[in-house]
Amino acid sequence: MSTLAVHDHGVAHHDEHGHEHHHNQSFLSKYVFSMDHKMIAKQFLITGITMAVIAMILSILFRIQLAYPDKTFPLLTTLLGHFAPNGRISTEFYLSLVTIHGTIMVFFVLTAGLSGTFANLLIPLQIGARDMASPFMNMLSYWFFFLASVIMLSSFLVQKGPASGGWTIYPPLSALPKAMPGSGTGMTLWLISMVCFVASSLMGGINYVSTVLNMRTKGMDLWKMPLTIWALFLTAVLGVLAFPVLVAGVVLLIFDRSFGTSFYLSDIVLNGVPQPYEGGSPILFQHLFWFLGHPEVYIVIMPAMGISSEVMSVNSRKPIFGYHAMVYSLIGITVLSFIVWGHHMFVTGMNPFLGGVFMITTLIIAVPSAVKTFNWLATLWRGNIRFTPAMLFAIGMVSFFISGGLTGIFLGNAALDINLHDTYFVVAHFHLVMGSAAIFGMLAGVYHWFPKMFGRMMDEKLGYLHFWLTFIGAYLVFFPMHFMGLDGVPRRYYAFTEFASMQRWLTVNTFITWAAIMAALAQVAFLYNFITSIFAGKKATQNPWEANTLEWTTPVEHLHGNWPGEIPTVYRWPYDYSKPGAEEDYIPQTTPFSQTMSSNLPHDFEDNPVGLEEQNKFTSTLKANEEVK
Amino acid sequence: MAQMSKDDTRLDLAPKIFNMWIFIFTSGMFFAAFTSGFIVYSGGRGHGLNVIMPSAFLYSTILIVFSSGTLFLASKAAKGLQFAKQRMFLWLTFALGIAFFAMQIYAMYVLTYKMNIFLTDPNASRSFVYIFASMHLIHIIAGLLLLLNTITATYRKTPQVINLFKMQMSSIFWHFLGIIWIYLYVFLLLNQN
Repeated sequence: MSTLAVHDHGVAHHDEHGHEHHHNQSFLSKYVFSMDHKMIAKQFLITGITMAVIAMILSILFRIQLAYPDKTFPLLTTLLGHFAPNGRISTEFYLSLVTIHGTIMVFFVLTAGLSGTFANLLIPLQIGARDMASPFMNMLSYWFFFLASVIMLSSFLVQKGPASGGWTIYPPLSALPKAMPGSGTGMTLWLISMVCFVASSLMGGINYVSTVLNMRTKGMDLWKMPLTIWALFLTAVLGVLAFPVLVAGVVLLIFDRSFGTSFYLSDIVLNGVPQPYEGGSPILFQHLFWFLGHPEVYIVIMPAMGISSEVMSVNSRKPIFGYHAMVYSLIGITVLSFIVWGHHMFVTGMNPFLGGVFMITTLIIAVPSAVKTFNWLATLWRGNIRFTPAMLFAIGMVSFFISGGLTGIFLGNAALDINLHDTYFVVAHFHLVMGSAAIFGMLAGVYHWFPKMFGRMMDEKLGYLHFWLTFIGAYLVFFPMHFMGLDGVPRRYYAFTEFASMQRWLTVNTFITWAAIMAALAQVAFLYNFITSIFAGKKATQNPWEANTLEWTTPVEHLHGNWPGEIPTVYRWPYDYSKPGAEEDYIPQTTPFSQTMSSNLPHDFEDNPVGLEEQNKFTSTLKANEEVK
Repeated sequence: MAQMSKDDTRLDLAPKIFNMWIFIFTSGMFFAAFTSGFIVYSGGRGHGLNVIMPSAFLYSTILIVFSSGTLFLASKAAKGLQFAKQRMFLWLTFALGIAFFAMQIYAMYVLTYKMNIFLTDPNASRSFVYIFASMHLIHIIAGLLLLLNTITATYRKTPQVINLFKMQMSSIFWHFLGIIWIYLYVFLLLNQN
């Protein structure tokens, strides 16, 4: 990886080609192998959206099976061939659908699609940098992601179908190619794809961290960074520390699968034949997996939190409530996320004392989460709210985060988890708290920064339609699942309504499926809006939302290097909205205090005695003049 | 575009060196994960290693320590503008790196053929020895390529800034590889009974 960083274009090309290069970009270097962070962001976004649509279609397919376990749909056989014989999805393929839906949504959409898009777009633009620390590595990061996506999808083309052991790929199922159809070639492809994906994530993450720490413009100290940057930065830190552990776990799994070791395998009998593996421990995999897996859920939600904070502040025309508390709670979540992985393993025979420790650390996460929630609500409180589609999605994110987060308190409890684990209660919990919440954060970001990405506006009316149908649809889908879970309905079952005690849930299943279909159709409104607006949307002005952050000081037309002249200097924090005494209800970060004498406050000069003196002089003159009057 | 030229010529090398530091943390986590895996495995099931490490591992450790020394001398020569000396020490480092690689392979050969400790041992703490060594060797390959890149640059007309930058990148990485191997080796020694 490091060799690549050395070959960076910035070094070579300025020595050899001079400045003409910028103007004569070929199609290939501008749109395909682009090293411009803005283009890479668009590539991530469009790939992410494509993957999201695919994963959503997969979910509709298995929802059809759940709602109509006895009906046949000849169309399914036409579409899926031997995966759906006689008009019904096969049991193995059902498990593949669940597995790949989870994998794509967690990794490809909400990790790469979300962080990849917004870290690439916003980090250089909001901190005032020409590009990333290593644009070449950044480009590689996208292409590894693309390769990972292609490999993951190609597993639908192998005869025995994609991986089907669940997105957590626990051994021994995943370690024995003969354990089930999906553990064969499909599982191999899954592993190859994930190795590429992790490589992509690491290259991206290393770049994000380095860029934020090294390439901020003049005046942009850490406490003047927008919350989006804080969130994306801490997300990258999490990824850089957590993903290598997953790779370690996967390496051992690959050795078990292909080289005959027994890290995870012990006492296995396959089709009546005892296997030679001895002494392994499947729990070891769970430790390695969840050491990544838990930080991963924060990798998914933190960018959404940052985006929502920014969008809500801009559209409430109010400073974000408790900026420092917001940052410290993000840091708190980052640190805590590494010491809670055991709550995924309460029922693996863990020592109850250890379970208690993990329970306490888990429940402590409620504190920073509650701080953030309080601050979002306090930001809205008495704001001059503009209900743009982005704002609605940001508020929706907070709603899902609250309603999904509350059930986390139940699941984080080692005793209650004995009942609740592996039921639909878990499905409901994480689909609200990290699924819906994160996707709403992402959509808020798409609506908000669309003008920055494409120079045009998205249609508002379609945005409202999209929001309400999706918001209501998501609640209708996931809320009933809590009750199913409390009744003991297990997740990942092909036809649990065949159990006499669970037959009554069939009607609920049908209801959920139709709600899911409605929510899925709502995405058509989004896709139509997104695609047509790229080409025919209303032209955007330079600062359409009247926001303070630096990205809105760049010209609408993109250029490599972001700012035509010098990079602007930053003088103030990004949240000076509706400051009393100011002429307008926003003061961009690039406006020096000397231009806003009427609105300055003493605490604006905490580390600036000269400025304070000038300010005091100004206010005393103002007072003296008023006395004369 | 013309106005851009002022800070356009900046090379932004510092952030790239920082990238390397972060990568080292990443890589450190990777090996930390393996060693923690070893502890969880051998502690949980009461499987000790019970293998006295072959002396080839000790020799390879000496080799990689020496290679760090020669690389340090190469850096010193580069800073003192003694390019022939720099090149000589770089080649020496490269050769020691190859020797380390070969010695590690020999150690695995001894483990398998002389001591009958196999990768597929039912006691997976023994498999871990192979995992530690081979995952480290993959990093060594990357390190050797990086060294080679730095060496070839000395044969071209490379500006001194870039030369020093390349030296620094390969030094950080190569010293790190040495430290990681010593960590793994000491870890194995402490757990070999």
